[in-house]
Amino acid sequence: MAENDTAEMADNGTAEEIIICQDVCKWFGDFQALKDCNLRVQAQEVVVIIGPSGSGKSTFIRCINRLEEHQAGDIIVDGIPLTRDVRNIEQIRSETGMVFQQFNLFPHLTVLENITLAPIHVRKMRKDEARDTAMGLLNRVGIPEQADKYPGQLSGGQQQRVAIARSLAMSPKIMLFDEPTSALDPEMIKEVLDVMQELAETGMTMLVVTHEMGFAREVAHRIVFMDGGEIMEVGTPEHFFTNAQHERTKLFLSQIL
Amino acid sequence: MTTAAGTPSDRSVLPITERYPLVGWLRRNLFSDVFNSLLTLAALAFIIVIARIFLRWVFFTAEWGVIPANFNLLMRGQYPAAEAWRLWLVIYLLGAVVGICWKLIVGQFSGAARVLIAIPFVLMLIPFFSMGSRLNLLITAVASGAGFFIAGYLPIQRRGRAAAYFLIAYLVVMLVLLRGLPGEEGPMPPVQPILWGGLLLSLLLAFFGITLSFPLGVLLALGRQSKLPAVRIMSVIYIEFIRGVPLISLLFMGQVMLQLFLPDGFPLVDRVLRALVAITLFSAAYTAENVRGGLQSIPRGQYEAAQAVGLSAYQSTIHIIMPQALRAVIPVLVGQFISLFKDTTLVALVGIFDLLGIARTIISNPDWLGTQQEVFIVVAVLFWIFSYTMSYASRRLERRLGVGER
Ligand SMILES: Nc1ncnc2c1ncn2[C@@H]1O[C@H](COP(=O)(O)OP(=O)(O)O)[C@@H](O)[C@H]1O
Ligand SMILES: [Mg+2]
Repeated sequence: MAENDTAEMADNGTAEEIIICQDVCKWFGDFQALKDCNLRVQAQEVVVIIGPSGSGKSTFIRCINRLEEHQAGDIIVDGIPLTRDVRNIEQIRSETGMVFQQFNLFPHLTVLENITLAPIHVRKMRKDEARDTAMGLLNRVGIPEQADKYPGQLSGGQQQRVAIARSLAMSPKIMLFDEPTSALDPEMIKEVLDVMQELAETGMTMLVVTHEMGFAREVAHRIVFMDGGEIMEVGTPEHFFTNAQHERTKLFLSQIL
Repeated sequence: MTTAAGTPSDRSVLPITERYPLVGWLRRNLFSDVFNSLLTLAALAFIIVIARIFLRWVFFTAEWGVIPANFNLLMRGQYPAAEAWRLWLVIYLLGAVVGICWKLIVGQFSGAARVLIAIPFVLMLIPFFSMGSRLNLLITAVASGAGFFIAGYLPIQRRGRAAAYFLIAYLVVMLVLLRGLPGEEGPMPPVQPILWGGLLLSLLLAFFGITLSFPLGVLLALGRQSKLPAVRIMSVIYIEFIRGVPLISLLFMGQVMLQLFLPDGFPLVDRVLRALVAITLFSAAYTAENVRGGLQSIPRGQYEAAQAVGLSAYQSTIHIIMPQALRAVIPVLVGQFISLFKDTTLVALVGIFDLLGIARTIISNPDWLGTQQEVFIVVAVLFWIFSYTMSYASRRLERRLGVGER
């Protein structure tokens, strides 16, 4: 299944733009959180979003799967325009996985049930098939032995890996990550980053908000710097770490590196 | 106790509080200092005095004859004696269904199952039961065991669902048995609900009041959070209206006004049914508020995660939000249901003879003048037994579902 998807995308060539954001604006009341944001993400591209706290990074990626509603501009995901139409929204959500800072696993379900729930009820997959897929994914994130535990019995790193497996179970074309390692103890950060890096190597399209500059440097194809609700600068990691253009980008990088 | 208390000589070296755990417990909790000791002794004296007065009354003064003489009345009201076998059949079947569902849902014969199977045997010890009733209780216990045993051999795949079907089938059969089939001459002549009474009616009102008001309350709780203003406003008006009115006035309104709301030519609704409607509508409003409390305790991240994996609003409510919200409010809901059970006694004021209503007719019977104390104590004990069972069951359920742990 995953192989087919990858092959298909490869056929269309890297020219396919799977996420298109054009002049996206978002207000919370009077406060403008996003100001004319433009970004085009190619299929299989890994884009890392950085920026100071409160700069609108979360808001931006949450607009892409409609956890937040943008009020102006256009967002088109895999050819589907993001409008008020519930069918479009549900289709985009089922093609887009999201990993949250706080994991947000379902505490009343076992790890296996967390992963199989959406495939069974949204994709109408048979139960045993969903189970097999889930076990395959748990193997991939390295914790098959935790299948029958409840999320509360796992460490933070294990929970986040379950959350990644839960998203992957829907065979998404795009994965959104919102500071996936910020709530983790330092010794668990690597296990999650490793899983993400492997995922990137399989050709998954990824949008990652993170402060892990090592990950950005090694895995990202492009880096986006946001500040004050605006996309200030977009470029390759090399560009960012050697000759960033904006003063604020340089300031931010000097603070974080 | 984990100290080297291996041989008797070792043991005798230990201080007395360690040799006998009870002594240690007493010293720590009841006799820790002079003041505490005095308090303990005073309380003990008080308890002994009260207990003596009460026991003397129970064994020497009280005229218990009123209870066996009116036992059937207390248990089933005016339900005809010739049809009482139907009630026993309802109880046998209850035993069997409990056995079957236990096997299907829980599986093994564990702690709480022993409590359940003990119930008929404990009831057999009640002094007022006839030998016939004791035999019937024994049959009930056997039916439970048989249900448990046989369910183990049924070729059933989806056990939870099968248990639900058994329960629904039981409810239908129970209603048919209680109400009877049309035709006065048939094998099961109809028994009008107004003749149902006593403990039977109290339990039925509570049971149907709870099972009918629960789904209604859940819907109202969701309605109150709806994005559609019409739904939200209607829910709020309903909930706030009902909560602002005492149950007794709803019961009176039910008796005199329910018919106004029904279409013309609708057959006159039975008094008991009218009371049940009032109880259900009343309880639903409280259920709604309690469930809303549970809904508000669910973090926003749960809604977001459910949306992000593509669940529809309906699916996320059914699979993610409601299960967690209900778990969080089990203790509150059970408390509310226990209140509801006790509040059913108010139907006595609109001319329906539930357990309390029957008790009042008995003590106003000239033959049994001056037996209020005996009758009311028995009524109180009966209510206590069922209320306590509910709260015990709720605590078991909480522990099983791990409420409070996350
Ligand atoms: N639900 C909300 N209501 C009002 N303001 C919000 C809300 N969510 C975010 N904001 C504001 O929008 C801005 C951007 O927030 P966010 O996207 O979370 O920033 P980041 O993820 O970059 O730290 C912040 O100033 C924040 O206070
Ligand atoms: Mg953020």
